[in-house]
Amino acid sequence: MSERRVVVTGLGATTPLGGTIAETWEGILAGRSGAKPLPQEMLDRYEMPVHFACTIAQDPLEVLTKVQVRRMDPSAQYAVIASQAAMEDAGSPEVDPERLGVAIGTGIGGVWTLLDQWDNLREKGVRRVFPLAVPMLMPNTSSGNVSLLLGARAGAHTTVSACASGAESMGTAYDMIRDGRADVVVAGGTEAATHPICFAGFAQMQALSTRNDDPAGASRPYDTGRDGFVMGEGAAVMVLEEYEHAKARGARIYAEFASIGMSADAHHITAPEPEGAGASRAMRAAVERAGLTDSDIVHINAHATSTPVGDVAEANAIRRAFGSAADAMPVSATKSMTGHLLGAAGALEGLLTVLAVHHRTAPAAINIEDLDPQIDLDVIRGEHRTLPDGDIAALNNSFGFGGHNVALVVKSI
Amino acid sequence: MADQQEILSGLAEIVNEETGLDPAEVQMDKSFTDDLDIDSLSMMTIVVNAEEKFGVRIPDDEVKNLTTVGDAVTFIQSNQG
Repeated sequence: MSERRVVVTGLGATTPLGGTIAETWEGILAGRSGAKPLPQEMLDRYEMPVHFACTIAQDPLEVLTKVQVRRMDPSAQYAVIASQAAMEDAGSPEVDPERLGVAIGTGIGGVWTLLDQWDNLREKGVRRVFPLAVPMLMPNTSSGNVSLLLGARAGAHTTVSACASGAESMGTAYDMIRDGRADVVVAGGTEAATHPICFAGFAQMQALSTRNDDPAGASRPYDTGRDGFVMGEGAAVMVLEEYEHAKARGARIYAEFASIGMSADAHHITAPEPEGAGASRAMRAAVERAGLTDSDIVHINAHATSTPVGDVAEANAIRRAFGSAADAMPVSATKSMTGHLLGAAGALEGLLTVLAVHHRTAPAAINIEDLDPQIDLDVIRGEHRTLPDGDIAALNNSFGFGGHNVALVVKSI
Repeated sequence: MADQQEILSGLAEIVNEETGLDPAEVQMDKSFTDDLDIDSLSMMTIVVNAEEKFGVRIPDDEVKNLTTVGDAVTFIQSNQG
């Protein structure tokens, strides 16, 4: 039996730039920032050092019913919105439920539910704790709800690897299809961690930008003035499908999902290994598993969160992985516009990498006024970059606290 | 003190908020599980919201006796403080 190939046939998202992946891509090409002010009441009450975030552009009630909103944590609401949209975009394929799977990652899970219900317990007592508190706060609440919604019975999985979760879930989906456990898998990531505790925790780590006088300019990966990431939220999902299955139903195919490479740093719980040994192993594994050579990779969507240390470590890792071949790999830093969607980041950037290959356009970052001389990469600024004709491939990096490194490779088809 | 009609319409509102069911569907002879398809988790939420709205306490042991909407209305009406 020949090897089963995996292709991308549907995309869906709700992000800081729009309620759909189309609006998000438009926003990226227009160089828009998704940063918005945080509620004044939150800032006053907690004396928050950070006054803005890339919160989602859409009210979930535009898509979901009031009852759905009441019975799902925001992270699951976003996942359901993105998954429905991705399946519609794929042409709402008829799939044997036992051949349809789900893999949705999250970094933090149902934190709003957990803490809202803790408030209820403390202020009003046990009778006021919502009976759905547990199924709403558990990290697999999104994959469970999406499986229920789609009637997907091949398996519903939840990858949890901090900011690499969304990318790792796509690897889970890829393996499910390659191993013959499913023909179609709805895969991605979701995050709704704009609770004050998350801002407080990240701020205490000095991980967040405090450029309060210029929110739209705060996420500036690779710029010398970068001072931390900008919190984002949302969900991004792709429909991954076995190639023959997609062909047989005449599906539109965006790109081939060619491989995933993973590694762990075992270096520090939050700091990246500065020489990038672990991250470069993930990138090399992805390229080799895809059966490609370095010259096939014409674009990288970098993790590039806008933290002083992380951006340099990734740049070093890319050089370590590809040496001088990295000169011909123009790099996009899309978090400059979307902010950092944590557990959904790898998924959203996976989708943006697919679109870059599909449209042969690698998007320019915004806010890079003074490129950090430590960044020895072809960082795309100003004009978007047109990618070459013919067979091309692109790489997407995602890294997470805990030392998780995930690299995806997407190929033109 | 709410009368039977007020309790019924108040309950119908609570059910609507929890399940999305049309309040007109919530009638005295309807069974919560068999007719209205309300699961035990939703029932718990409805009970707690009804306690708050009507100022009654509905003990957990009593909830299993509330088979129909009418059972709930009667219980609330006779236990209002």
